[in-house]
Amino acid sequence: MKVNIAACITEPGSSERNKTGGWRVFKPVVNNERCIDCGSCWIFCPEACISRKEGGEYQVDLDYCKGCGICANECPTEAIEMVLEEK
Amino acid sequence: MPRRDVMHGSRAVAEAVRLCDVKVVAAYPITPQTHIVEDIAEMLANGEFDAEYIMVESEHSAMSACIGASATGARTFTATASQGLALMHEVLWIASGMRLPIVMVNANRALSAPINIWNDQSDSIAERDSGWVQIYVETAQEALDSVIQAYRIAEHEDVLLPVMVCMDGFVLTHTVEPVEVPDKEQVAEYLPELRLPHVLDPEKPVTMGALGDPNYYMECRKQQEIAMEHALRHAEQADEEFRGIFGRGYGLFEEYNMQDAEVVLVTMGSVAGTVKETIDMLGADVGLLRLRLFRPFPKEAVRRALSEAKVVNVIEKDVSVGFGEGALMTELKSVLYGSDVRVLGTVAGLGGRDITTEHVRQAIERAERALRGEKVEEVAWAGLKEEAL
Repeated sequence: MKVNIAACITEPGSSERNKTGGWRVFKPVVNNERCIDCGSCWIFCPEACISRKEGGEYQVDLDYCKGCGICANECPTEAIEMVLEEK
Repeated sequence: MPRRDVMHGSRAVAEAVRLCDVKVVAAYPITPQTHIVEDIAEMLANGEFDAEYIMVESEHSAMSACIGASATGARTFTATASQGLALMHEVLWIASGMRLPIVMVNANRALSAPINIWNDQSDSIAERDSGWVQIYVETAQEALDSVIQAYRIAEHEDVLLPVMVCMDGFVLTHTVEPVEVPDKEQVAEYLPELRLPHVLDPEKPVTMGALGDPNYYMECRKQQEIAMEHALRHAEQADEEFRGIFGRGYGLFEEYNMQDAEVVLVTMGSVAGTVKETIDMLGADVGLLRLRLFRPFPKEAVRRALSEAKVVNVIEKDVSVGFGEGALMTELKSVLYGSDVRVLGTVAGLGGRDITTEHVRQAIERAERALRGEKVEEVAWAGLKEEAL
């Protein structure tokens, strides 16, 4: 792909191509048994990669989650654990 | 009709800005550049041309405002000197990285400390790697003409790089010289309207200056280097066409008395006048190569021009502290690598110390002694008060 002069971005939505999940060291694992559906993780996630499924289950889009751990830190019931990502 | 007049070098620059129909000027005053932006403000207040004049709180902001303005496709100008240029440092790289054809005049002045408002060229030479085209001028007329040429070079679709026109502070900015002010219609004929490939426009949104991760950053830098290669060609062409229309041209560098000269002095800026004077006075068989385009460096052409020389002495108003010589000397040695030309250096005129014909004579004498095979100093500091060290 040719890079535009000065890397000018001429089409919207190109940031989606940059899958920042590759930067992650720890990934959030949600224990839905402990979740009280308060939505704090969804509100605080700076990358907007937590979504709420029908029925109140939360899931993380690991393509974009950088593993910052804010969701785990904010969760009032400690339902999110940051787990070292290993291959 | 062109107008013949006498004026300060600063005024000549302001006239060029008016003639180029610049749309945005963002500037912060600093000695010895203040005249330039004052004169532009006066012209705007008098209705001599129409531009947005943005008063800012620092040079960092001045260049930032120029970047924003230039990104909308407006022809943009600023001027600075010394500490002001140093304060702009990080923003200079953004202007060139975003490939915006901003033109800036730098009124060359020494850097602190100790604080010093007088002329040397350390300020702009310290910015040699910032991705800006750099032109060094000898006269007020050349300053005026080079600003016009600068827009022509900067705005070419194959170039799109910012250009810094460097004129010696006080020596040129505050000296009254005869100047021919070109006709505005002729300048319009020479300088087509600015058209950028991408502009900030709410009707057609784009993102400029976004993240360039390791996948893209190197390509952006290489694109700048390619643009610099184009700039070399277009600077020459812009000068030739300028000569065709206005009857004056300067080349990428000026050669004076170079015919069969085995000793050649190399310098940049206004001191070339003193060097020519000295060569004439002594009737010396010594040439002068006055480099005008420092970035991109016309390596091939300089190598060719110096192919008959035996000893070169670089007189320059800067020093790379810790390397023991000026940057131009270092670069010239690099350009001449593999040839038999001996390169000597003369650090002169730092912080406004006068460079006299006697200093130039000494530089010639040292080069001639080297030519005869005598042992000489590689680098000498002209007019240094040894007893004060």
